[in-house]
Amino acid sequence: MATQHSRSAARLMMTPAVVLLLGWMLVPLILTLYFSFKKYLPLRGDSLERGLDWVGFENYVRFISSSSFWPSVQTTLIIVGGVLLITVVLGIFLALLLDQPFWGQGVVRILVIAPFFVMPTVSALVWKNMFMDPINGILAHLWRFFGAEPISWLSDASLQSLILIVSWQWLPFATLILLTAVQSLDSEQLEAAEMDGASPVARFGFIVLPHLSRAITIVILIQTIFLLSIFAEIFVTTGGAFGTRTLTYLIFQRVIDSQNIGLGSAGGVYAIILANIVAIFLMRIVGKNLDR
Amino acid sequence: MGQITLNQITKSFGDVQVIPPLDLRIEDGEFVVFVGPSGCGKSTLLRLIAGLEDVSSGKITIDGKEATEVPPAKRGLAMVFQSYALYPHMSVRKNIAFPLRMAGLDKAAQKEKVEAAAKVLNLTDYLDRRPGQLSGGQRQRVAIGRAIVREPAAFLFDEPLSNLDAALRVNMRLEISELHQTLKTTMIYVTHDQVEAMTMADKIVVLQAGVIEQVGSPLELYHTPRNKFVAGFIGSPKMNFFMGSFAAEFGAATIGVRPEHLTVSQDGGKWAGKVGVSEHLGSDTFLYVDMDGVDEPITVRSSGEVGFRHGDTVHLTPDPDKIHRFDNQGLRMA
Ligand SMILES: Nc1ncnc2c1ncn2[C@@H]1O[C@H](COP(=O)(O)OP(=O)(O)O)[C@@H](O)[C@H]1O
Ligand SMILES: [Mg+2]
Repeated sequence: MATQHSRSAARLMMTPAVVLLLGWMLVPLILTLYFSFKKYLPLRGDSLERGLDWVGFENYVRFISSSSFWPSVQTTLIIVGGVLLITVVLGIFLALLLDQPFWGQGVVRILVIAPFFVMPTVSALVWKNMFMDPINGILAHLWRFFGAEPISWLSDASLQSLILIVSWQWLPFATLILLTAVQSLDSEQLEAAEMDGASPVARFGFIVLPHLSRAITIVILIQTIFLLSIFAEIFVTTGGAFGTRTLTYLIFQRVIDSQNIGLGSAGGVYAIILANIVAIFLMRIVGKNLDR
Repeated sequence: MGQITLNQITKSFGDVQVIPPLDLRIEDGEFVVFVGPSGCGKSTLLRLIAGLEDVSSGKITIDGKEATEVPPAKRGLAMVFQSYALYPHMSVRKNIAFPLRMAGLDKAAQKEKVEAAAKVLNLTDYLDRRPGQLSGGQRQRVAIGRAIVREPAAFLFDEPLSNLDAALRVNMRLEISELHQTLKTTMIYVTHDQVEAMTMADKIVVLQAGVIEQVGSPLELYHTPRNKFVAGFIGSPKMNFFMGSFAAEFGAATIGVRPEHLTVSQDGGKWAGKVGVSEHLGSDTFLYVDMDGVDEPITVRSSGEVGFRHGDTVHLTPDPDKIHRFDNQGLRMA
């Protein structure tokens, strides 16, 4: 009885949250699906009041047959993959480093987390204007100091620069999660391995890395979700030029620049499909670490 | 071979000296138990021998060779940790094979040694499980297996049985003793439980605050404790201490009488007291007797059933040959 009562009470109290969440997700999703089957060009006078023409899969066909589609998918995957690689590798390294006792540990830890609190737009602008500017940027000065020709980062090495900026933002997140995992490693295991004759490298490979696998999985899954939709960094740096047009950015251009809401919505549906493919793929290779 | 000598070793953590200068010689093939209350530095001493901690000063020699600066893996010692420290993501087989793999042994030799060890430890059926799927006793055996395959000069155990339940603890105690009989390898065993120390050791080292209070065979410690601390620590139930006029009569500052060396009767005897709690174990009865002029209740061990009730007046008589006399420094008097 008591459990029945508390269960229905719990359901009742969860309802607002569930309804809100569902609404939050379902309304945009359904609208996107709806628009993707319609011809909706506001500048040509289409509007919801007058009713939209049903065009079937025309938007889908047009979006995918556009010459920018596959390059944008490729760009998205390169950026996501590059950032994941950099943040996980450097994150493990930093986590191990921060776990060592040293003077000023507390302050350093806060400094390491700091980039995470900077808004994406701001950090991208800082990188663009203060670091990567080919005339006034610090990197340009550095290059000139060593007698080299400054690089116009955002046009000549645009994709790499973008990966660098986004990695800088996400490194704290990876480091933080990995640091807590490193700290939860039983030191007796490391000592046992040391007595068993394992070198520091072997201890890392056989003990530390397997222990971190679950945390690495979580970092990869969460970051992928957010990285698939990065936008501000591209908007304020290259504006999608120089081969940095991701799928998200392409959709943005279709909707805002070309004022074609139907076409953009179809792109949105493709983005959902891509995200799910990536997610299933990731779950396959790393997700088995989670059910232990 | 496994002969270990500690020469004037000390250990400090920051300003705190946990081990004051200490000398100890452990013979080849001996089963040595370090025993003492929690926090007295037993683990630290063991870790110094293992090389997991560096000594602050002094010298460690293993089989006649200076080992003070030798890294842990090269000392030829194997350690069994209190938490077992098994590698959770590896199967039992891989756990046991790990030291061999690190030593670069070929696959066939690894397999042979692992299976031999598994047979000795009754682990053959569990070789492909993960540590998480084993019981406490089995994990303990895997940890021992991982130590055995290295064929070390000496085994180091740090409170290996403290995570097991009482029945299992007795079993594992026997198994470890049996293992020592078979392998005849030096074993150093740390525990805070004097029963483990008494039952397993060839030689007991009693520690208090990093200082060795006494070294000797279990019976030496039982019969001739060097001071009050050892007298109170070794033996179960604990020795009773009498001070003041009780002790003055024997020309000592304190006298100690073990519970099994007191006879109790209702008719008359040396000291009178009132029976408090009695614990009936069947084979023995422990009586707690309150005496005027003694702070703590006196424990008496009588064999068989004794029919005293709470509040009865009884008389206690010590066995005159079994009275331990201590001077005002707490040291044993001849
Ligand atoms: N790494 C360390 N840093 C500082 N103090 C320590 C460290 N390890 C042990 N100690 C101190 O040394 C003393 C002995 O500890 P330990 O050897 O673990 O005792 P035992 O094993 O006998 O219970 C304790 O007071 C403990 O606080
Ligand atoms: Mg200890």
